[in-house]
Amino acid sequence: MRARDTDWEGVRLHVVTGKGGTGKTTVAAALALALSYDGRKVLLIEVEGRQGLARLFDCPPLPYAERKVGIGPGKDGRTGGDLYALAVDPEGALLDYLEMFYGLRHTGQALTRLGLVDFATTIAPGLSDVLRTGKATEATRRKAGGREVYDAVVMDAPPTGRIGRFLNVSVEVSGLAKVGPVRTHADAVARVIRSPQTAVHFVTTLEEMPIQETLDGLAEMRGLGIQVGGIFINKVHPDGLEEAHLKAAAEGRTDEAEIALGLKAAGLADAQTLAAGLAIELAEHARNVALQERERRELAAAGQPRYELPAITDGIDLGGLYRLAEVLRDQGAA
Amino acid sequence: MALDSVMNPPSVPPRLDTDALIDDRRTRIIVCCGSGGVGKTTAAAAIGLRAAERGRHVVVLTVDPARRLAQAMGLSYLDNIPRPVDTGFPSGGSLHAMMLDMKRTFDEIVEAHADPDRAAQILANPFYQSLSSSFAGTQEYMAMEKLGQLHRTDEWDLIVVDTPPSRSALDFLDAPQRLGRFLDGRLIRLLTAPAKPGRAYMKMLNAGFSLVTGTLTKVLGAQVLKDMQTFVTAFDTMFGGFRERAETTYRLLQTPGTSFVVVAAPEPDALREASYFVERLAGERMPLAGLILNRVHVPAATRLSAARSIAAAETLENHEVPNGDAEAAAPPRYALAAGVLRLHAERMQLSVRERRVAEHFTAAHPTVPVAEVASQPEDVHDLEGLRAIGLSLASRPARG
Repeated sequence: MRARDTDWEGVRLHVVTGKGGTGKTTVAAALALALSYDGRKVLLIEVEGRQGLARLFDCPPLPYAERKVGIGPGKDGRTGGDLYALAVDPEGALLDYLEMFYGLRHTGQALTRLGLVDFATTIAPGLSDVLRTGKATEATRRKAGGREVYDAVVMDAPPTGRIGRFLNVSVEVSGLAKVGPVRTHADAVARVIRSPQTAVHFVTTLEEMPIQETLDGLAEMRGLGIQVGGIFINKVHPDGLEEAHLKAAAEGRTDEAEIALGLKAAGLADAQTLAAGLAIELAEHARNVALQERERRELAAAGQPRYELPAITDGIDLGGLYRLAEVLRDQGAA
Repeated sequence: MALDSVMNPPSVPPRLDTDALIDDRRTRIIVCCGSGGVGKTTAAAAIGLRAAERGRHVVVLTVDPARRLAQAMGLSYLDNIPRPVDTGFPSGGSLHAMMLDMKRTFDEIVEAHADPDRAAQILANPFYQSLSSSFAGTQEYMAMEKLGQLHRTDEWDLIVVDTPPSRSALDFLDAPQRLGRFLDGRLIRLLTAPAKPGRAYMKMLNAGFSLVTGTLTKVLGAQVLKDMQTFVTAFDTMFGGFRERAETTYRLLQTPGTSFVVVAAPEPDALREASYFVERLAGERMPLAGLILNRVHVPAATRLSAARSIAAAETLENHEVPNGDAEAAAPPRYALAAGVLRLHAERMQLSVRERRVAEHFTAAHPTVPVAEVASQPEDVHDLEGLRAIGLSLASRPARG
């Protein structure tokens, strides 16, 4: 038994989006790790063919197959769970779909050779989107022996700019197909995506553009009737400076003499000049902190749970991923 | 490998002189490219503004700019028409800016290349609507098309283009050809070419045809297949013109009047993309002016290294360890100094990391000129901010 509930009880499909460069893939992976506890089985899906997950988990490129890539952290009365990963490409998803619903694997292969996948992804990205989201919803609902195979599915989804189109599959497809099997399939996928089982999480940094995109994305999801999840504020730098010092610096009242005194005490030469340089850096930093506070307030006004993740300098590795997973768990995201 | 290439300090790249580039009247097109989120649009706008203020007649073609940047240039909506920007700076030059409306651009090409009936038929087709509003390469293709159109009007003596925010910087070059290849593809020909008797391979194609249509009908439904065929047939007749236009623009990009500027942030991913792009441009014989390294963090006190800064902070923090309770309550005298030293150490570490990735780039591409723009605390939201970036581009970097 766990001491407390997490913020996302009942959510089984976690869709993670965010502006490019905010660390969407990293956060998706950390969330998936955090969800893999107490023997739970979690599937992490990548849909953009970048093999970002393989790089993160330090394994060879992922095939179109669900493969175990890690074990969740067992700590604080929890035991570990199993994390699987899958790289979905439209071609594999199409063959899957043809086989699952029509038993047409061989025809599918022939069609692929003729360029059907290229065709579908070029002329009608809606079709390729529904194939990819369809794979995620299929894994979410898959059952064996009367229970779900995966306790949670986490999708590293396309960036915020494209997420609405990507998830709004039934509408995108209905422009192309009013009736017919594809339409039926799209509607089934859409039902899962609009259900309380699915939540869309947003990854942002404390910068203007990513925050604007996050707020736009939140509004878009709400308009589409898709459940909004948490806001994951990534790459946060703690500074260990005192509030009063920051406030003074922001107002241009940094006590350079006090800094110089300290520098001298630490045995640094040319304390006066150095103090002046450091005071400039402090002032820049204080301005940034003030901007970030304003941005935090903007995000708070959105009314969704927020999580803060520390910046991992010198590149993210497996150790860093576990650290982020723990931070997420401590804050109740999993 | 020669030992001294390992021992020698990293080479310093030549400096990208953006003022020389924009002052050279032979420069007619500047293409800003690079991966998403590196400040491409801002760089394009800053170059455009600076060029206008140095006497050029400039149009900046942007794709999907940030709201505040668009407002800074007086653009409030997508309308596909270059709008004059009042720079408030008498220079003899002028600045126009426009945002690309990809669907409208596409519609206009269709209207220009097909008779009215056929055009109407294409515009109403669901596959055309899907292709023109959401094909992953349409934006790139239409940006190229618009560039060609602007060039042909000859109204401006300098066009600055900001490429679409692709995942990969290379999409910009590949999309037009990808669309072309696709429309020439085997599947398309199966769908458009009904049975023509005779040649053996056509028989094979026909066998393939019924397999394809049979399966597609089963999977997609008959109506979808019919729409698809209608679209492809209608589109096919005008595609020759399409490709011709794309090829003309492509050749325009190879002329000496064009200069590519690759924009990157000093981060491994962005510079990896920049590297690919530099190699690709060379392969396509497209003229590269250089690299803009954007958002470089420059500490104000570079002489104190991160290691020494941390050591000094530790010395001060140990000073604070109280010997008795009375002292523990007293305000720590050196807290501010220790705090700024820690802050400085972090900035130095960041700066060293950035320097390292930049050096890796220069090691691989020693002849590519580089200009640096220091990181700004706030996103640009007015002409003053753009001007500052233009100035920063033109001046020598702070460190030697």
